Amino acid sequence: MKRPALLPTIGLNAVLGLAALLATFPLLWMLSVSLMPTGAASTYPPPLLPREITLEHYQQLLTQGGIGRAFLNSFGLALAVTFLSTLTNTLAGYAFAKLRFWGRDRIFDGLIAALVIPGQVAMLPLFLMLKNMGLVNTWWGVLVPGLAGIFGIFLVRQYARSIPSELIEAARMDGAGEFRIFFLIILPVLKPVLVTLAVFAFLGSWNDFMWPLIVLTDGEMQTLPVALSSLSREHVQDSELMMAGAVITITPVLLLFLALQRYYMQGLLMGSVKQ
Amino acid sequence: MKFNSVNLAAWGFVAPALSVIAMFFAVPVLAGLALSLTDFDIYALASWRNLRWVGLDNYWHVLQMPLFWKALGNTVYFVALGVPLSIGLSLGCAVLMQSKLARFKPLVRTALFAPVVTTLVAVAVIWRYLFHVKYGLVNYALLSVGVDPVDWLGDPTWSMPTIILFAVWKNFGGNMIIFIAALQAIPEDLYEAASLDNAGPLAQLRYITLPSLAPTLLMVSILTTAGYFQLFAEPYVMTQGGPLQSTVSVLYLMYDEGFKWWNLGVASSVAFMLFLIIVGVSKTLQWAMARVGRQP
Repeated sequence: MKRPALLPTIGLNAVLGLAALLATFPLLWMLSVSLMPTGAASTYPPPLLPREITLEHYQQLLTQGGIGRAFLNSFGLALAVTFLSTLTNTLAGYAFAKLRFWGRDRIFDGLIAALVIPGQVAMLPLFLMLKNMGLVNTWWGVLVPGLAGIFGIFLVRQYARSIPSELIEAARMDGAGEFRIFFLIILPVLKPVLVTLAVFAFLGSWNDFMWPLIVLTDGEMQTLPVALSSLSREHVQDSELMMAGAVITITPVLLLFLALQRYYMQGLLMGSVKQ
Repeated sequence: MKFNSVNLAAWGFVAPALSVIAMFFAVPVLAGLALSLTDFDIYALASWRNLRWVGLDNYWHVLQMPLFWKALGNTVYFVALGVPLSIGLSLGCAVLMQSKLARFKPLVRTALFAPVVTTLVAVAVIWRYLFHVKYGLVNYALLSVGVDPVDWLGDPTWSMPTIILFAVWKNFGGNMIIFIAALQAIPEDLYEAASLDNAGPLAQLRYITLPSLAPTLLMVSILTTAGYFQLFAEPYVMTQGGPLQSTVSVLYLMYDEGFKWWNLGVASSVAFMLFLIIVGVSKTLQWAMARVGRQP
C-alpha cells in the first residue's frame, strides 16, 4: 500500500520545497551579499556566497549613514504605537462586545462600513490639519493616525464576545467598578488577542512607508524604511551597502514574527471571517 | 442607576479610540471630499484666502489628464494580472500544504509566509538588485538557459511585470494562510464519500474543494483587489514611476500632485476617484460571484 504513494510524495514535496526556496531566496541572498566586501557583488557571474566575510557595511551604516539613528526612531515609534493602540483598541473592543450603551450597534456597524475607505483618502487633509496644529515633523504627527484602528477594535470584539457575562456580573455584585473589572479580570483573559494586536501594531508601524515619508521631512527624524529609500536613491551602485541596510530593516520584524508566529496567524484568520 | 453607570463607563471605554478615529480618519475623509471641490494649491497653503470653491472642476481636469489615464491603465494592469496570480499561487500552495503527503509543514509554511512580514522598502531594494540588468541573478540564470539579458526595471515593457512578480512574491503567503484554514474547515467525510464514488483528486478539487471555498475566495478576492489598487511604495522605490511613466500608479499620481506639486485639491479628487473605483470593482466582483454561484 505504501509503495504507490512514493512518487506523488516526492513530487509534491519537491514542488513545496522549491516554492519555499524561492520565497526565502531573496532574503538569504540579501544576507549573503551584505557580508561581501565593496564591489564583490557587482561582478559577473553574480557570486552566491561571499568569498571573504566583512562587517564593514554594517559598521558604516550604523556609524555614519544615519541608519543607526533611523533605527532608533523606528523602534521608539513602533513601541509607542504598539502600546497606545493596543490599549485604546482593547478598551473599545471590549466595550463593543460586552457592555451595553446607547448607540453601540449602530456605531459598530458604521465602523465596519468605514473599513472600505482606503486610508489614503484621508492623507491630504490630515496633513493639512496636522500642519495647522504644528504637528508636521513631530513624533506625534506620525503617531496619531495609528493610535486606534477599526481592525484592531474588531479583533478584540470578536475575541471578547466569548467571555462569559456571568464573570462580569459576579464582579459587579462584589461591587467592583467597570475599570477595575477591565484591568483585573478582563485583561488577563484577553492576553492572547493582546499579543496578536501588539504584533500587528508593531509590524504595521515598523513597515509603514507612505505616512512617515509625508509627515517627517527632517532627515534626523526619518524612520528606517524612509531612510533606506533615500539611501538607495543616493547609492544605487552600492549593492553590498544597500543589502546591509535591508538586513538591518528586516531583521527585527522577522525575529518578532518568528517568535510570535502563532499569534500573528491567529489574527490573520480572525480578521478574515469578518464578512 | 446601575445601568446608567455602566453606560457611562462604556462611553469612557470607547471614547479614546472613537475620538482618534473621528478626528484623524472621519474628519479628514470628509475634509478630503470638500478639498477635492476647491482649487487648493501652493498659494492656498500660504494663505487660506487664496482658496476658491470650484465644484467638480478638479474631477473634470483629472479626467482630461493623459497621465491619469496612463496611471489608471498601469494600475488596472497591475490588479488584473497581479490579483489572479497572487490568489492562484496562494490557493495552489494551500492545497498542496493540506495534502497528507506534505512533509515539514510548519517549516514550509513559515518559509512561504516570511515575505509577508518583511518591510516592503527593504525587499524592494533586494529585488531591484536581483533584477539588475548587468549583475542580477535573474538575468544570469536566464542566460544559462539561453535567454538574452532583459532590462527588467529599465524597459517599459518589463517594468510593470517585474513589479507584479514582486508583489505576488511578497503577498501570496497571507492569503495562503487564510485558504489553509478554510480547507481545514471542509468536512473530511465529503472527500471519503467522493472516494467511494471513484472521484479522482481533480474531480474532488472541482466538486468539493472549490465550491466549499467560494465564500473565502470571494472575500480574499475583494480584499486583495482593494489592496492592489493602492499600489504605491513598489514603484516609488523600484522605478520612481518610470521608465516612460510605465509604473506610475493612481496613488503615485496622487502623491506627486499632492506632496510634490502641492495641488492638494486635484490630488484629493484623484484619491476619491480611486476610492470610487475600488468600491465599484468590489461590488462588481460580489455580483459576479453571486451569479456564478447561482448557476448549477
